[in-house]
Amino acid sequence: MKQEEAHVSSYFSHAVVLVFLLTLTTISVLATGWHLGALTVAAALVIASIKASTVITYFMHMKFESLFLKLVITGVFVLYVLVILITFIDYLLR
Amino acid sequence: MSGQDNYIEQQDRETGKLGMWIFLFTELFLFGGLFLVYAVFRAKYSADFHAAAAELNALIGTLNTVFLLTSSMTVAMSLTAMQKNNRNLALFLVFVTLLLAALFMMNKYFEWSHKFHFKLYPGSEVLKNLPHGELLFFGLYYMMTGLHALHVLVGMVLLSINMVKIKTGRVNKMHYLLLENSALYWHLVDLIWIFIFPLLYLIT
Amino acid sequence: MSNSESGTHISYLEYKGKYKGILSWLLSTDHKRIALLYFYTITVFFFIAVILGELMRMELIAPGQTIMGPQTYNGLFTIHGVIMIFVIVIPALPAIFGNFFLPILIGAKDVAFPRLNLFSYYLFLIGAILGVLSQFAGNGPPDTGWTFYVPYSAQSSTNVIFALSAAFVLGFSSILTGLNFIVTIHRMRAPGMGWFRMPLFPWSLYATAWIQVLATPIIGITLLMVIAERVLNIGFFDPALGGDPVLFQHLFWIYSHPAVYIMVLPAMGIVTEIFPTFSQKPVFGYTAILFSSLAIAFVGYFVWGHHMFTAGISYGSRWFFSFLTFIVAVPSAIKVFNWISTMYGGSIDLKPPLLYAISFIFLFMIGGFTGLTLGALAANIQVHDTAFVVAHFHYIIFGGMGFATFAGIHYWYPKMFGRMYNNNIAYIAWGFNFIGFNLLYFPQFVIGIQGMPRRYFDYLPQFQTGEVISTIGGFILLIGLVLMVFNLVRSNKHGAVAPANPWHGVTLEWQIPSPPPHENFDEIPEIKTRPYLFGSSTKDKSE
Repeated sequence: MKQEEAHVSSYFSHAVVLVFLLTLTTISVLATGWHLGALTVAAALVIASIKASTVITYFMHMKFESLFLKLVITGVFVLYVLVILITFIDYLLR
Repeated sequence: MSGQDNYIEQQDRETGKLGMWIFLFTELFLFGGLFLVYAVFRAKYSADFHAAAAELNALIGTLNTVFLLTSSMTVAMSLTAMQKNNRNLALFLVFVTLLLAALFMMNKYFEWSHKFHFKLYPGSEVLKNLPHGELLFFGLYYMMTGLHALHVLVGMVLLSINMVKIKTGRVNKMHYLLLENSALYWHLVDLIWIFIFPLLYLIT
Repeated sequence: MSNSESGTHISYLEYKGKYKGILSWLLSTDHKRIALLYFYTITVFFFIAVILGELMRMELIAPGQTIMGPQTYNGLFTIHGVIMIFVIVIPALPAIFGNFFLPILIGAKDVAFPRLNLFSYYLFLIGAILGVLSQFAGNGPPDTGWTFYVPYSAQSSTNVIFALSAAFVLGFSSILTGLNFIVTIHRMRAPGMGWFRMPLFPWSLYATAWIQVLATPIIGITLLMVIAERVLNIGFFDPALGGDPVLFQHLFWIYSHPAVYIMVLPAMGIVTEIFPTFSQKPVFGYTAILFSSLAIAFVGYFVWGHHMFTAGISYGSRWFFSFLTFIVAVPSAIKVFNWISTMYGGSIDLKPPLLYAISFIFLFMIGGFTGLTLGALAANIQVHDTAFVVAHFHYIIFGGMGFATFAGIHYWYPKMFGRMYNNNIAYIAWGFNFIGFNLLYFPQFVIGIQGMPRRYFDYLPQFQTGEVISTIGGFILLIGLVLMVFNLVRSNKHGAVAPANPWHGVTLEWQIPSPPPHENFDEIPEIKTRPYLFGSSTKDKSE
């Protein structure tokens, strides 16, 4: 019986990820001081998305999961974004 | 533990993990509905949202973000510890995760009571006299952070159960699906906050 | 694998496990027993909802007040809809036939999470009971319609929160069933059963399960928001507070449109199993049917606005949704071609399952075409919120999914209960069902175009002829339904003992005894061929 040991992430890799996340958090807090106008929401969402994908990829082990699961989670986000965009076809064009 | 038992345990773990991931997708869509409402009203009332967000304490929000991000790290580390058969470390890390969660909830309690003190809650006279966008902002604030807090509580219960089971040896190097799934759930709680934080606290 | 009669195997009905007596049913995690728990509960609620419908038909037999006033009528169509949608048509096919046959069809002993499966059933029961309680608690039955549109659902003094909670709990049950099925299909297929060797009913359940899992949470949160409106005055949907009632409609239909695909995809899966068996011929276009199920599930997420054409949404939005609505009809049409082609040139045996399956095609197509009428922007203005809509969705849901369910019951009854029903009574019941159904709903298309509104207890005299025919049809249908159920119930004790394979089917459920033993298979089968191969000893031939 083929025994694939589950991948064990190191303590160090988790700590590195946290440092990265805290750095991004700092940037997004500081960004409130910058005048980005219409890009404020976009910037906040971009940084949040990077943080989220980092949590998913490393803390939640997605990096070491099956291709299927990676495809599905991507699909889930794509579907959600599409639903929002389609709703906005109404709100933006009223 | 024979190779055969190992294989079965691993298959059971993969099955259980897949189930948990699918459950997490449902949670994403549950909160997704609230984010959709946020998007619609933010687009319509951007100035009001900007004004109302000033009532939120960005410092507490940032602190809470740090708590949750760190707690995600500690619970992920507890899984590593479990896989390396370091029971005591795993127990300690789950405990720290719980502690950080409790700190988060304590902050939330203070935040909410502070607002209640100023009568800033749905249905109050104060809220009714605010501009529409601000009223809606607070409605979203309470519903999003409230639903999130409920999930934090559920996560805390799961973590506590894990502590008991790690202590009694029911969760161990061979059987750690409960810890792995609880950790995934906890990361979801963190993920949702990662989006709530900038959208509610950082739009000033 | 054994073809023996149930005599040499203890069937799942007789199996003695950990619990005794009634508890061995109420606490069983056997997917087959859970399926029957759902089956019996759903049948009871179905007849309750049918009676509610018949009461509405009695009121509508004449203009003005006939047997009830407007408030009662509003309460009736609300609870009729809530039960039919959330307790019957959304759960039924996955919960009954999915639970019973999914593991068997993929060569498994049970679903991935049997205890979660039982929990799903109890959530379902609690939700159904909450729905019943909404009728009897303090402030009167909800009168908002099953669609709970704001602002009325936020303002109505009736027991709306009970109904909202019922739908929420039922939704959670649906989510967990979907989750269970996805994992079951991924992880528990028999050795050798690659994805493209899986039969088409499991494929339809797979597509359905993804909708259950991804769409249902949206209505969950939306119902919570309406509760927040009622209890906290949260303002999202209240124009006086800056909110938008149309936003509710968006959120509601973002789930409720995909929900109709939860209803119809397994129904299509069932008839896809019936056609090859009763034509003794492989399914025509296995791959096309498979991908069309996935296409329907996917595209079905993007059409919800066709319920909102007159609500005030933007022109761009209306254009988009109408266009997508026409697109989503294409995969369904592909299936119809494939079903007909499956029968063409086959050795047709017009037993009750096939008769119901053919009726399904006929009624589903009427429902489908009238859906296109509704999907056309200009035509929609005429028929929106009229009896035309009522006829459309009853043709699709009842004529489509309902008749497919009857087909499935007649197909799998011998397997589930180990008995044959009486064919003659089944045919007569079919006749009453088919004629009654068409008399009940076809006139609604006509008076709908002529202007008869839906959800109205009173109407102008010019619509009476249509309403009378409709009411008569309703009672003919009732006779058919009662006769059908009588046949099935009676045959459980008095029917001929069923063989393992009464219909000469080739999928896995026909290779085990009728009724199946507790663990389905003596040995998990090894699959060597693609499905639907007819001819002698097909299971050992490689292609």
